[in-house]
Amino acid sequence: MDGLIHQIVSGIASGGIYASVALALVMIYQATHHVNFAQGEMAMFSTYIALTLIQAGVPYWVAFIIVVPVSFLMGAVIQRVLMEPLAKAPVLASVGVFIGLLLVFNSIAGWIFTYTTKPFPTPFGEGKPLLNGFVSRHELGSTMITLVVLLSIWAFFRFTKLGLAMRAAAFNPVSSRLVGVPVDKMLALGWGLAAAIGAIAGMMVAPVVFLDPNMMAGVLLYAFAGALLGGITNPLGAVIGGFAVGIVENILGAYVVGTELKLSVALFIIVVVLVLKPAGLFGKTVVSRV
Amino acid sequence: MNPTFLRAFPWLFFVAAAVLPILGASDYQLLQLTLVVVYAIAVLGLNLVTGYNGQVSLGHGAFYAIGAYTTAILMDKWGIPYWATLPVSAVVCAGVGFLIGLPALRLGGMYLALTTFALAVATPQLLKYKLFEEYTGGVQGISLDKPEAPFGLPLNPDQWLYLFSLAIGGVIFLLASNMVGGRIGRALRAIRDQPTAAEAMGIDLASFKTRAFAVSACFTGVSGSLGAIAIQFVAPDAFGVPKSLDFFTGMVVGGGASIGGAVMGGIFIEFVPNIADELSRLFAQIAPGIEKLPPGAISGAILIAFMFLMPGGLASLLRVINRKRR
Repeated sequence: MDGLIHQIVSGIASGGIYASVALALVMIYQATHHVNFAQGEMAMFSTYIALTLIQAGVPYWVAFIIVVPVSFLMGAVIQRVLMEPLAKAPVLASVGVFIGLLLVFNSIAGWIFTYTTKPFPTPFGEGKPLLNGFVSRHELGSTMITLVVLLSIWAFFRFTKLGLAMRAAAFNPVSSRLVGVPVDKMLALGWGLAAAIGAIAGMMVAPVVFLDPNMMAGVLLYAFAGALLGGITNPLGAVIGGFAVGIVENILGAYVVGTELKLSVALFIIVVVLVLKPAGLFGKTVVSRV
Repeated sequence: MNPTFLRAFPWLFFVAAAVLPILGASDYQLLQLTLVVVYAIAVLGLNLVTGYNGQVSLGHGAFYAIGAYTTAILMDKWGIPYWATLPVSAVVCAGVGFLIGLPALRLGGMYLALTTFALAVATPQLLKYKLFEEYTGGVQGISLDKPEAPFGLPLNPDQWLYLFSLAIGGVIFLLASNMVGGRIGRALRAIRDQPTAAEAMGIDLASFKTRAFAVSACFTGVSGSLGAIAIQFVAPDAFGVPKSLDFFTGMVVGGGASIGGAVMGGIFIEFVPNIADELSRLFAQIAPGIEKLPPGAISGAILIAFMFLMPGGLASLLRVINRKRR
């Protein structure tokens, strides 16, 4: 029983990271109907920037505070330069650019920072596990950070004028433009936010999985699974889906399929959701007029 | 250009591709050319489903892997001759492609790309799985022997393997070009461009999409078989995301919805690492001590550049030149 509780707790911790990345994916999907395959690699790159700063002697939280806006800028610039001109292009073109970005970020990270796996510091201290040994300090700390991030994103979209404008731009670009919302700027802002959330997720997961250029491949896959499970059209659903996938993955990995097949669990969830309920648990079915 | 020449051009190209390397290429160059053929077939397979039919697959490395492993297991465990494994792997991959294609009908554009991407990420793990280890050799993979030229032909194994792959490639390219040139090809393109209109015209979308996926997987699987024979080795980590993305990049660079583009895609995949090496040497002169530039950076940058400057790939460039000369 203790083992099971422990698995659930660490499932929640990794689920929080999947939930953040899933939220980042859904934000971009809602606004542009693009699935950003490079989301994970962008987060990985931000994490390398953080490590470089920390190794240069910058304190952890200062590095954290520098990396988040830098990633925001990176995301916004990518949207302006690469995605904007392809807004009306067919699916193949946007997938092509995302895959190109994925390859470039992955290779450049390997080129600059080498492919050797590196440890990444945790800001929450090594120390003994807390709460009867059920949760490690890092698990607890990273879950807290994730929750803070998710709540502030929610509050931002719910209570600020800018958040409302962004939702409007994603929901109905034409009408928003007519009432004076600068839709293009809102999209760039959304990309920036997504990249910033991804960067935080990268810094939170790196102490657990260790940092190397392919670090985020698995995380991205679980985030896909989470986003689809919750419904890729529903941010709250995607967050819940991310947590659910984290817990399911940990329990199945520990008791059923073993660690070697964990990634296939994500593939399995994706296929099952798409076959049985493509809209996800909380998403709405898309009906299009022809 | 005169039309007889245009029609004869693929055949002339094919004969020249068969004869010239045998006369003058080294064994290593022959292996490279064999792999060009192998990758060209794989890209052709992907092209049928992504280029002609508009369903973006990022997971064709998985079918390549299934073909390669089918051949390797049959040769290694049951001593079946290399040529006899090709039909088996064609059937196996077509079957798997059909099964994966079934959910693919329900998923439009992005969803299929996402599912196949997940397939690409999970493939090495599935190949390493303990229960199949007896057959797949687990992490170590399987080593194979290089086939000798049959009937006492005066060819060394590399020369023979090149001709063998080229012959198989020729047959597959002929099949594909007949397929896309006729009724099926028109239906595939109609589904890509105007699905609603296509359905109204009486095209069964679901059936065409699934069968296109099956044929595509079949071609890519056969190319995987040839690749396993040529490299004489299969191991799980050779069939991960990079392989699938290589095929995707090759297809885009060569040109979607083009038979000739697949050949150029094959050339691109095989020689991109060489281009990366050359560039690394250039960088090393400016900033010594820096790591070797990985090929992925080059193909990624080229991929993005093509999406902006030449979405139709190299094939569209040739088409434009042709039109101008007329």
